[in-house]
Amino acid sequence: MNPTEKPVNQKAWWLVLPVLLCVAFSAILPLMTVVNYSVQDIISPERRVFVGTEWFAAVMRDEELHGALWRQLQFSLAVLAVEIPLGIALALSMPAQGWKSSAVLVLVALSLLIPWNVVGTIWQIYGRADIGLLGHTLQALGFDYSYTGDPVHAWFTVLIMDVWHWTPLVALLAFAGLRSIPDAYYQAARIDGASKFAVFRYIQLPKMREVLMIAVLLRFMDSFMIYTEPFVLTGGGPGTATTFLSQYLTQKAVGQFDLGPAAAFSLIYFLIILLLCFVLYNWMQSLGTAHKEHAHA
Amino acid sequence: MHDQRFHKRSIFLAAYIIFALLPIYWMVNMSFKTNEEILSSFSLWPQHFTWGNYLTIFTDPSWYSGYINSLIYVAINTVISVSVALPAAYAFSRYRFLGDKHIFFWLLTNRMTPPAVFLLPFFQLYTTLGLMDTHIAVAMAHLLFNVPLAVWILEGFMSGIPREIDETAYIDGYSFPRFFVMIFLPLIKAGVGVAAFFCFMFSWVELLLARTLTSVNAKPIVATMTRTVSASGMDWATLAAAGVLTIVPGAIVIWFVRHYIAKGFAMGRV
Repeated sequence: MNPTEKPVNQKAWWLVLPVLLCVAFSAILPLMTVVNYSVQDIISPERRVFVGTEWFAAVMRDEELHGALWRQLQFSLAVLAVEIPLGIALALSMPAQGWKSSAVLVLVALSLLIPWNVVGTIWQIYGRADIGLLGHTLQALGFDYSYTGDPVHAWFTVLIMDVWHWTPLVALLAFAGLRSIPDAYYQAARIDGASKFAVFRYIQLPKMREVLMIAVLLRFMDSFMIYTEPFVLTGGGPGTATTFLSQYLTQKAVGQFDLGPAAAFSLIYFLIILLLCFVLYNWMQSLGTAHKEHAHA
Repeated sequence: MHDQRFHKRSIFLAAYIIFALLPIYWMVNMSFKTNEEILSSFSLWPQHFTWGNYLTIFTDPSWYSGYINSLIYVAINTVISVSVALPAAYAFSRYRFLGDKHIFFWLLTNRMTPPAVFLLPFFQLYTTLGLMDTHIAVAMAHLLFNVPLAVWILEGFMSGIPREIDETAYIDGYSFPRFFVMIFLPLIKAGVGVAAFFCFMFSWVELLLARTLTSVNAKPIVATMTRTVSASGMDWATLAAAGVLTIVPGAIVIWFVRHYIAKGFAMGRV
């Protein structure tokens, strides 16, 4: 038997069972309910009519949904485009050892631990022209900034808020990747006279591949379900400028209590996320393999 | 040249930390002002320093009970998440079994699912079970994303421990539970710390489910804050003080696990 292979042991199922029960209760059961709702017209708890795929068709034609989906995609891509490079740069400049390292880690990670609605509150205060430092400064500089009035300003405020909130996650992950590189690699590079960029491109970046993949996945998934921060900061407005998918779905499900369409939309939302993550995951995997082949050639 | 490089990095890092801390500082600043001062003058630090806003929160049950409720369901959730994830992560890291890869991916899909998708069914499910407005309901609902995360983190840490250790222990006559508790757990305690930290964090910060599943008895602080805003207009000062207090538990937790995080991140693959 190959010693590096894991042995087959069907009894391991018993160890996984508690997790399966937990997740079955909190995921499968609810998901079944969503499926159930999505194909019925619930007039009252006693009167339900089977309507087949009608809700799905209605949701697919919904113009507002198309708008929310498009805004969501733009937002998530912008989030990745800013946070991933910034997080890597941050990780590269963090001290690696000593008390400074701990202090910087704690300071950088702080924004991750703030409840999401408080993140919204912080930026709500910070961005206001009358009482907030950011809004006040921008106004003083002659820039007519208002996140409640101007859709573009609102969008960028939400983006900067997300960058402020989540870049530390990318930085911590990238930092972890960097710490796992043995010193011997750097010594070899120094002997070869490699430039800083070459060290980054051929040693640090490949070594960070796995953690960066996780960072991209996590950031993409989480930005795709962003709800609380824009809810507190802008309430989705002005107009629909910052109404992303979760916001839209919540309005439908809890605000208007449209069970059928909301359930159909939930399923579509779920499938979009699954599909995108699957594509992203495979793409990054193949990128890694291609890189390895390139290195061997 | 090396020196110059070092300076550039330090400046960049310092700039980022200022960018990160300024909004937080601004909220702290406001929490020590009165509402009149906030609205009438603009100053970088409080001119009439007051503890009044904090006093309001600590003496008004509708405020402080929010913190207690949040801490209760977060604690329940963290304990359940980590304890069910430990054996599962061991199974994934040590053995192959029927459907292992599929289950692992399926667990991760739960981490990806937007909580908004489960809003309606959770509401119905917990109403049917009579668990609405209890701490258990929120703790159970948060298992949805915390259990997969804990399994994922712990599996990473466990795979970093050589399997020879397990085999030696079994040869020495250790039973599985005894080996797991006496030998294996101490080896991965950093991983347990990191997993608990992330479970704590994600449960502590979540608003949508916590707000929907509670009304009075288990109302979390995050919900108290949004409801107070809409009810009493703009009580900026108390809101700022409440916000500062929500950061405190997180800051304490991160301080305790800071060594684990640096080491843990290096080993694991959170």
